[in-house]
Amino acid sequence: MKLTRISEQTLQPSALTGTKTLNRREFLRQSGLVAGGAALATGLGAGMMKKSQAATEATPQGGQVKQVRTICTHCSVGCGILAEVQDGVWVGQEPAFDHPFNRGGHCAKGAAVREHGHGERRLKYPTKLVDGKWKRITWDEALNEIGDKLLDIRANAGPDSVYWLGSAKFNNEQAYLFRKMAAMWGTNNVDHQARICHSTTVAGVANTWGYGAMTNSYNDMHNARAILIMGGNPAEAHPVSLQHIMKAKDEGGARLIVIDPRFTRTAAHADQHIALRPGTDVPLVWGMLWHIFKNGWEDREFIRQRVYAMDEIRAEVAKWTPDVVEDVTGVPEAEVLRAARTMAQNRPGTFVWCMGGTQHSIGNNNTRAYCIFQLALGNMGVAGGGTNIFRGHDNVQGATDLGVLADTLPGYYGLAEGSWKHWAKVWDLDFEWLKGRFDNGSYEKSGDQETPVMNTNGIPVSRWIDGVLEEPANIAQKNAIKAMFLWGHAPNSQTRGPEMKKAMEQLEMMVVVDPYPTFSSVLPDRKDGIYLLPAATQFETYGSVTASNRSLQWRDRVIEPMFESRPDHVIMYQLAKKLGFEQEMFKHIQIENDEPLIEDLTREFNRGMWTVGYTGQSPERLKQHQQHWGTFDFTSLKADGGPCNGDFYGLPWPCWGTAEMKHPGSPNLYDTGKPVAEGGLPFRARYGVEHNGVNILAEGSSNVGAELTDGYPEFTADMLKQLGWWGDLTAEEQQAAEGKNWKTDVSGGIQRVAIKHGCAPYGNAKARAIVWTFPDPVPIHREPLYTSRHDLVASYPTYEDRKSFWRLPTRYQSIQARDYSGEFPIILTSGRLVEYEGGGDESRSNPWLAELQPDMFVEMNPRDANNAGIQEGDQVWVEGPEGGRIRVKALVTRRVAPGVAFTPFHFAGVFEGQDLRAKYPEGADPYVLGEACNTVFTYGYDSVTQMQETKCTLCRIAKA
Amino acid sequence: MARMKFYCDAERCIECNACVTACKNENEVPMGVNRRRVVTIRDGEPGERSLSVACMHCSDAPCQAVCPVDCFVTTPDGVVLHNKDTCIGCGYCFYACPFGAPQFPLDGQFSTRGKMDKCTFCNGGPETANNSPDEIRKYGRNRLAEGKLPLCAEMCSTKALLAGDAGVIADIYRKRVVNRGANAYLASGSLQKGAFEALQTPPQPE
Repeated sequence: MKLTRISEQTLQPSALTGTKTLNRREFLRQSGLVAGGAALATGLGAGMMKKSQAATEATPQGGQVKQVRTICTHCSVGCGILAEVQDGVWVGQEPAFDHPFNRGGHCAKGAAVREHGHGERRLKYPTKLVDGKWKRITWDEALNEIGDKLLDIRANAGPDSVYWLGSAKFNNEQAYLFRKMAAMWGTNNVDHQARICHSTTVAGVANTWGYGAMTNSYNDMHNARAILIMGGNPAEAHPVSLQHIMKAKDEGGARLIVIDPRFTRTAAHADQHIALRPGTDVPLVWGMLWHIFKNGWEDREFIRQRVYAMDEIRAEVAKWTPDVVEDVTGVPEAEVLRAARTMAQNRPGTFVWCMGGTQHSIGNNNTRAYCIFQLALGNMGVAGGGTNIFRGHDNVQGATDLGVLADTLPGYYGLAEGSWKHWAKVWDLDFEWLKGRFDNGSYEKSGDQETPVMNTNGIPVSRWIDGVLEEPANIAQKNAIKAMFLWGHAPNSQTRGPEMKKAMEQLEMMVVVDPYPTFSSVLPDRKDGIYLLPAATQFETYGSVTASNRSLQWRDRVIEPMFESRPDHVIMYQLAKKLGFEQEMFKHIQIENDEPLIEDLTREFNRGMWTVGYTGQSPERLKQHQQHWGTFDFTSLKADGGPCNGDFYGLPWPCWGTAEMKHPGSPNLYDTGKPVAEGGLPFRARYGVEHNGVNILAEGSSNVGAELTDGYPEFTADMLKQLGWWGDLTAEEQQAAEGKNWKTDVSGGIQRVAIKHGCAPYGNAKARAIVWTFPDPVPIHREPLYTSRHDLVASYPTYEDRKSFWRLPTRYQSIQARDYSGEFPIILTSGRLVEYEGGGDESRSNPWLAELQPDMFVEMNPRDANNAGIQEGDQVWVEGPEGGRIRVKALVTRRVAPGVAFTPFHFAGVFEGQDLRAKYPEGADPYVLGEACNTVFTYGYDSVTQMQETKCTLCRIAKA
Repeated sequence: MARMKFYCDAERCIECNACVTACKNENEVPMGVNRRRVVTIRDGEPGERSLSVACMHCSDAPCQAVCPVDCFVTTPDGVVLHNKDTCIGCGYCFYACPFGAPQFPLDGQFSTRGKMDKCTFCNGGPETANNSPDEIRKYGRNRLAEGKLPLCAEMCSTKALLAGDAGVIADIYRKRVVNRGANAYLASGSLQKGAFEALQTPPQPE
């Protein structure tokens, strides 16, 4: 019987000869499996589960079919994929019914990943622009020429004139290596897409309670009684998350509220949709809290024990009476009250947000307001509650954790001298050597002290164009940026397109490392100085990837790198070799045929990432989880029995201590209902023990089983001694821990002993509702730079301009001072389509996806369309206040309110009406090209993280 | 005997188009031919709902009734298949089908549409040699022969699209509907949810 799973071995075709002609109808009669898939579709059946786990399968066409387990490379849900490979060719894709996140489900992109194995529109060879024409060159030529130029720039302009723009598409090991490479080169000018997706979340949330990440998980939403999504459209951006939301709705009766300027595909399934004016998140959240405080719906005991300074929030919220809220947000009182009541009466409730909340000049205020809302309702640290922040790219969480950022080393250690010393120790390198790699000057002062360059934030990716274009005298570094690496980056995801074009033309060298040539290859009008290096996709290599819920998943290699592409870590090694620091960079990493061993990289970051608990996830444990997807519970993610017994799937960080300690990972952050050893945690003590003389440690609240039953600070060697727990360390641990704390003790002993006594290594504090180190300690409303309500600027002005902020002058007030709303009467916002991902170079090159969305468009309300004489399907010009304009199709729909227009941001390849298809390297142009919406989007950056303001600007729309 | 059916739960369908690309992936359907597509009604307005539509494998299939060359067969499992060797590409089935399922690879005058193509319920063609190269080339994969169901339904992101034996699908859908009804009743505030759940908790064994 063909279906019987026999062994893990590959069946030889000959083994099938006797059975292959079983008549299919006869088979169906016998098998009783006819409806197995349907039953499984709801997670009820077990019959097909075995089937999808089968390691091998043979087909009558001969050849061996091998099943490979990997993870989708599109969004952060982290769906499992079963790839079927025959003779090295990716021939099939099966649903991974036993995968704990997606149960076999996919969106259009996930169901089409096998096209990567065709790769018709891939960049196939190293290519160089010579005299305006693309010329194929060898890898050696490319690396030599690029390396020589880099060394030349380093000698003449300094290391900070090379910008290392990395990627959320790296796996964890490559992300870590990329950050290390920038450090070895000697610059902090390294960043990636997290800057322009959730940087305001990371900053705002981490400064509220410890870690800036999704607190619970997609699966945990099954436990929610209410789900509030603000500024997110997961039905298109994270479609498989809707499987969990639908389960909560259908089986648990959860109420769904969607707050978004658009009536999105998610809103279509909500119990309540609230359309707010873009950029007014804080007023709306305070408006809901106004009702909650007025009715006494807040969780007073939770606030007393675990929240600091809620009274200051009360004072701010009191200003947001229903009439003020309606004036500013456009939402009537009844709607606000209804949402507040739903959330108050249906606890636990979870709060979901995405780019709609983060991409504002006050993004960090928005994210903190969301956190405070959940704190007020006592929704934190409970199953079904939490702030479920959906990250964007498949590994944007991992790349953030591993520090591909201009302001930190891996693990959010920051850039202080102690942080560098910690990593120098992990890397087994001399700190002075590292310091010597950097520019020996100083760009800024702290007090009277000159700050060394290695301790100074670099230029963020959102502003790299200013690092090129700004007057050198105004840039706080030795020279402007002269060479750019765009390593897995779509430039059309960034604002100010016309200026970006200019910046790209002004650079001395651009190096694009990507599986696709990307918009970077065609946007600038250059004759030379562009190199395109073909990178392999994540299906052509292997390693770990961190999903939004902090779970690390292991990917196996599906196919060998196609054409002449090479995996990113191989390219990094070869480049390091050319640049002369490969000995230091790979000191303890095994190299084989120029390929650094992935597992060695995992082990190396395991040895250093104590702050976020990336230490317990050894390659062996991750591989074991990958082999036993089916043993993890669909809701709790906990393995009950089996080889991973007691672990949470993917060991969601923090997974404390060393791998030998076998910490199970932390499924829901800040859950005091569980012992720390079993995944529980309090809020982190990150901001000292008191503020203005008031205690900010937790009061009368601690984890179940903790020996310290009140708040306590973060653990240090001295604290262990004071508590009399020093003797619990082994002799070697004592030696390593002396003078260290839980973050810098590389033996893991301090963490182990703290947890042994039921305590969290990072302490037990209150969450803080005010962040006294930020420009706005209490999150307040400020109008967007390009506001549609200039009359409100007097009451809610933006910030003063800043002379040097992340090395660059940054404008606020000087832009807002002028009223553009008359000339540009329509608010423009942007977002995603389900078929495409990010900048879309990859997904628009996939024919199965491209066919579904062939045209770039702008959504506009019938009222605006009629007033402008525009009909559905007309070509229109959308023009922004900074002069950028795009020619796109009009989609007339009530999905957007009057006065609001929406564009998707995945398109590129057309610039201000000009089709650039002819400029792509031959055969590597995506099937679908379109105007990049960010050609129109304007200036505006968050006051803490330099997040770009892409969710509200102004425009005018006229018939083309 | 099984009676194969598709059912799309409109409360769950989010128009993510996974069913469309899963079909392309599994059957290597060329550009321009869509065996499955997602239809959205009241697009962008309250009440917006989407449905994934392909050949519904009708019990009394109109395509079969009008085909002048009799190329259709209904299998004992209720799957409507057609024979591309017999098909003359006349397009009558296209006019007869209430769901717009039949697709044609070419678009021209004078009968140059090519052989009709449509969803096979991932059951290949009427050939007896399952998953033979010839069958795969003409019709795509024969998953039923491998004990699997159509990939579109198996990969549905929200488990909206169900495929399988009509009885089983009806059971799954009925459970959802009953739950939704109960949820709506509870949300109306007329019954305490806690009390209702207590009623549902089975008695603990002594």
